[in-house]
Amino acid sequence: MPGLEDLYREIILDHYRTPRNQGELPPPAVRAEGHNPLCGDEIQVYLDVQDGIVTDIKIGGQGCSISQSSASMMSAAVKGKPVAEIRNLVRRFKNMMSIEEEDGNAPPLDESRPLGDLEALRGVVKFPVRIKCATLAWNTLLDGLDQSN
Amino acid sequence: MNFDPVVVKKDFPLLEREVNGKPLVYLDSANTSQKPRQVIDAMSRFMETSYAPINRSAYQLAAESTDAFEAARAAVRRFINAPKVHEVVFTKNATEALNLVAHSWGSANLRAGDVVVLTHMEHHANIVPWHMLATERGLKLRWVPLTADGQLDLTTLPELLDGAKIFAFTAMSNVLGTLTPVKQLVDAAHAAGAIAIVDGCQYVPHNPTDVQAWGADFLAFSSHKLCGPSGIGVLWGREALLDAMPPFLGGGNMIADVRLDGFTCAELPAKFEAGTPPITEAVGMHAAISYLSSLGMDNVREHEVEVTAYAIDKLKARYGDDITIHGPTDPALRGATLSFKFKDIHPHDVSQVLDQANVCVRAGHHCAKPLMKLLGANATARASFYIYNSTADADALADALANAGDLFGF
Ligand SMILES: Cc1ncc(COP(=O)(O)O)c(C=O)c1O
Repeated sequence: MPGLEDLYREIILDHYRTPRNQGELPPPAVRAEGHNPLCGDEIQVYLDVQDGIVTDIKIGGQGCSISQSSASMMSAAVKGKPVAEIRNLVRRFKNMMSIEEEDGNAPPLDESRPLGDLEALRGVVKFPVRIKCATLAWNTLLDGLDQSN
Repeated sequence: MNFDPVVVKKDFPLLEREVNGKPLVYLDSANTSQKPRQVIDAMSRFMETSYAPINRSAYQLAAESTDAFEAARAAVRRFINAPKVHEVVFTKNATEALNLVAHSWGSANLRAGDVVVLTHMEHHANIVPWHMLATERGLKLRWVPLTADGQLDLTTLPELLDGAKIFAFTAMSNVLGTLTPVKQLVDAAHAAGAIAIVDGCQYVPHNPTDVQAWGADFLAFSSHKLCGPSGIGVLWGREALLDAMPPFLGGGNMIADVRLDGFTCAELPAKFEAGTPPITEAVGMHAAISYLSSLGMDNVREHEVEVTAYAIDKLKARYGDDITIHGPTDPALRGATLSFKFKDIHPHDVSQVLDQANVCVRAGHHCAKPLMKLLGANATARASFYIYNSTADADALADALANAGDLFGF
């Protein structure tokens, strides 16, 4: 049985206790909302997208340590990045969570950059019930990116 | 002397199982209960010796199968003290039973502007069917509020029920554990000219049930929460009401005649049992009812009052203000279902840590989102006790919680 230390890595607990980029952005920022129907967790992702770059991101809502830390790390990883690069990162993250690629015709993944802090969430795969917690923010981010198109 | 839960537990093969070399502490019976050997054996035996279609064929085996199925119906009638055996309708589960009433009684009796009264502590199964009907027909829903300690606040009940056609409420909250004053609620509904629908999903497995003493009109519950198999549930309703209702699902078994230009319904209960029913499951549910009845439902209730009192005292003594137990603290007012908040640790994380000690609790919104909103939480952790849980399980819960506190450093 995987131990709790596989799940609750120190860096995850750090993001949980002091989440990055919390708050809201006023319109015209895009607002996307995600729900985990299993446990009732909610998340809001606010995005400022200018010239194909996510210039700012804020996260609202409540959730468990995994969903909150995943959202926090995600916000840090995407802020200031081009949308195309972010979409690539979302796919890499979902791959890491062993989620099947939805679009069979998607361009090849660029895995040249290290995942950094996000690597800490790799252990979640061993706790299948928690994968939905880890991916909630990322799916909501995708929704926001789609809205901003 | 009441039964010994440690002895009862030996009847449940799954609870003998160890996970990672440690015994299981199953505290999720409000979600679904484990099954005793008596139920498992009855179902296997039936499939090995007597399984056949019911109500359709003339050979002896089919008659045996039909008898077994009907014996289960008779057992349900006794278990809830219903007046008539054909008032007991088998469904897939409580959810289907509530949808059946909403759909069939509702479509025959409700029009735009009619009022349905529910409470703030309902399970989604007793909310969403009414929302669906409300959207379709333009009904109004009214909600009985709660007191601070999670009981129904009945101060405005007469006004809420004024002009209402239906009052549908749970006999016990699956989140707060609160027992509601069913008879009083039924009487209030009738005084207002409304019918009373009781969601007995959490109540029936844990208490002696007497629909005649309540005076209720409908009762819904599921087998899987009372030590029986999943896949079968019950709708009990008064004969006159069921008789006057249109059928729910159409198909085989529910008809008296089918012609090119229409059909006529079968008599009760077949009228509401379209298609091949859960036959083996009925046999299993019968065995579960026999099992519980041999323990005695009064004894089941008494045992749960004791475990609840012990668990609340234990958790409070050990964790004080670090733990908030939702709902009434007096065990006389509640069942053995304890939703709690532990420090500021999210329930998902609490249950994950408890799982390391094989303590199985539910974390989530418990299919009661309106109630969760009222509690100001998206989720709670919930430990629920049953006949096979002893005070040792409450101790295991209390011990395992300490690990959560340590890990999150709150
Ligand atoms: C109070 C209450 N009502 C209805 C239900 C629905 O039961 P089922 O899922 O067996 O249909 C439940 C089950 O959790 C419940 O607790």
